[in-house]
Amino acid sequence: MRLIPGDIIDLMLAQNDIATGQDRAAIEAALGLNQSLVAQYFSWIGAALTGDLGNSLWQNVPVVDQLAATLPITFELGLLAMIVALSVALPIGTYSAMRQDTAGDYISRSFSLLMLAIPSFWLGTLVMVFPSVWWRWSPELNYIPFTEDPLQNLKHMLVPAVLLGLSMSAVTMRMTRTMMLEVMRQDYIRTARAKGLSESLLVLRHAVRNGLIPVVTLIGLQAPLLIGGAVILEQIFVVPGMGLLLLEAVFQRDYPVVSGVFLIVGVGVLLINLLVDLSYGLLDPKVRHQ
Amino acid sequence: MSNPNLLEVEDLSVSFRTDRGWVRAVDSVNLHVAPGETLAIVGESGSGKSVTALSILRLLGDSGQVDRGRILFDGSDLLELDDAGIRKIRGDRIAMIFQEPMSSLNPVLTIGKQVAEPIQLHRGLPWSVALEHATELLRKVAIPDAEHRLGDYPHLFSGGMRQRVMIAMALACDPRLIIADEPTTALDVTVQAQILALLKDLTRETNSALILITHDLGVVARYADRVAVMYGGRIVESAPAGELYSNPQHPYTRGLMNSIPGLDGSPQSRLITIEGQPPDLANLPPGCAFAPRCPHASNVCHDQKPALEQIAEHHLRACHGYE
Ligand SMILES: Nc1ncnc2c1ncn2[C@@H]1O[C@H](COP(=O)(O)OP(=O)(O)OP(=O)(O)O)[C@@H](O)[C@H]1O
Ligand SMILES: [Mg+2]
Repeated sequence: MRLIPGDIIDLMLAQNDIATGQDRAAIEAALGLNQSLVAQYFSWIGAALTGDLGNSLWQNVPVVDQLAATLPITFELGLLAMIVALSVALPIGTYSAMRQDTAGDYISRSFSLLMLAIPSFWLGTLVMVFPSVWWRWSPELNYIPFTEDPLQNLKHMLVPAVLLGLSMSAVTMRMTRTMMLEVMRQDYIRTARAKGLSESLLVLRHAVRNGLIPVVTLIGLQAPLLIGGAVILEQIFVVPGMGLLLLEAVFQRDYPVVSGVFLIVGVGVLLINLLVDLSYGLLDPKVRHQ
Repeated sequence: MSNPNLLEVEDLSVSFRTDRGWVRAVDSVNLHVAPGETLAIVGESGSGKSVTALSILRLLGDSGQVDRGRILFDGSDLLELDDAGIRKIRGDRIAMIFQEPMSSLNPVLTIGKQVAEPIQLHRGLPWSVALEHATELLRKVAIPDAEHRLGDYPHLFSGGMRQRVMIAMALACDPRLIIADEPTTALDVTVQAQILALLKDLTRETNSALILITHDLGVVARYADRVAVMYGGRIVESAPAGELYSNPQHPYTRGLMNSIPGLDGSPQSRLITIEGQPPDLANLPPGCAFAPRCPHASNVCHDQKPALEQIAEHHLRACHGYE
């Protein structure tokens, strides 16, 4: 980040027309940027441990406050996207496996490949542009907090959440298909079939939970992807979440904000993976007993 | 006189689609079994025992296909039934026990649920009642502390205990026929004997028929009434168990007899295996499939497939004969 050409002082000075070497040194000192990088790092860590992530270099408000304002919004977006992703990926992936090598299977696999190949910013832009050209409809862009008007809020969040969810569903769908195919080959499925179970009971009662165990791991691994996608979609759909905050901070070289966001992202990824580990216990009795 | 047989397999042929084209795994097999009777199917690995068994319940999967034949159960052809029809038979009238107790139970469902499942399914009973039946069944197969183990998962059971669970599951709906495909191969010797004795007792109790698949003639000697010996997808000899032991007629059967360790009781007796490789089903010789390994093979053996013919009462053999 610090290696990117053009630092914050350049940007500040460019906006204010006063460009002397003396001003530059003064601002650096005021913002604490004249110390070595190592020193800056340790003072940031030290403060972070006490819950102080510093102030934004531009707005001079605590980074913690900015994060507190934006985190719930991104969390909502991520949660919605996850729900979309799973409710698309699990049924379609399972269907695809049950109808292996039929037209339905090929269609859903192509769809998954397509979702994998199309970047969500492109899809996002398409959704912004074409409906407005064709039907004079465009997605909601006014952010209204969930607490004020849940319906209006969901209306705004829905489009980016669906786009993000679809792009996440691609890998999960393929994984679900592979795992279900694998599970359906197992001996215990043959046992269940020999008991006279119908195919649907076979899948629902005997296959799904076994197939889900590895899929859940994948969801954990996808958490960083989710956050990356959120950055882009928040920008396109003007969702004032952490992604938008991060993007602006990067453009403005607002170092403390960037560090703060990444700290939260790191903690978030850790938490998601912890949840994943805990959910193994629910799915896999072997884990539960240990 | 009405037909005394519960199951009659007539002229059954089964093929699999493989990379090398269609391969015939079972060729013109005839079998029958009566209520209360135990029929053993014996043969080396790959001789088509499991495929025969799976065909009966139509569990061959997508790559397998019955080319020919009829499977009459209680007078009706199982191969003619629609999907719903065969599902009503599976687990209810005919139950199957598989070879691998370690992988044949679903790891994420409790034992109770898995044993109760056929009862719930076929009898339409509520789960609570089905689970009571399951406790009863687990007791019957001598699982200690049955009512408390109902909620346990398969990984907490040993191989022998799991196979008992499999037997309980098979017995759930009082089937008329039980097919046990090498039920004890994965278990150690003392447990093997317990499981087989249990299976035998329980089928005798209910007068159901048992098809016992094994590659161990020692097992056959103690538990079977009749034996069918398979080689390369065909039946090469079939006879009542005692007759087969005292008077084996096919060179392959004789070879198998010689390869039983310690049938005469001496623990040191050497394991003699039959010379040569089991046949490659994709590339069977034009004549008798056993001819390349047969010490008595003559020209006719290499050229013509021997038919299964009666050589004594209840004793059939597919061999051109030898001195
Ligand atoms: N699903 C399948 N696809 C292709 N070939 C198969 C399939 N199942 C069985 N076969 C072939 O059919 C032949 C007979 O197999 P089968 O399982 O009946 O042998 P088996 O007598 O039960 O042997 P084992 O003692 O090892 O269980 C084998 O050569 C096997 O390769
Ligand atoms: Mg087998």
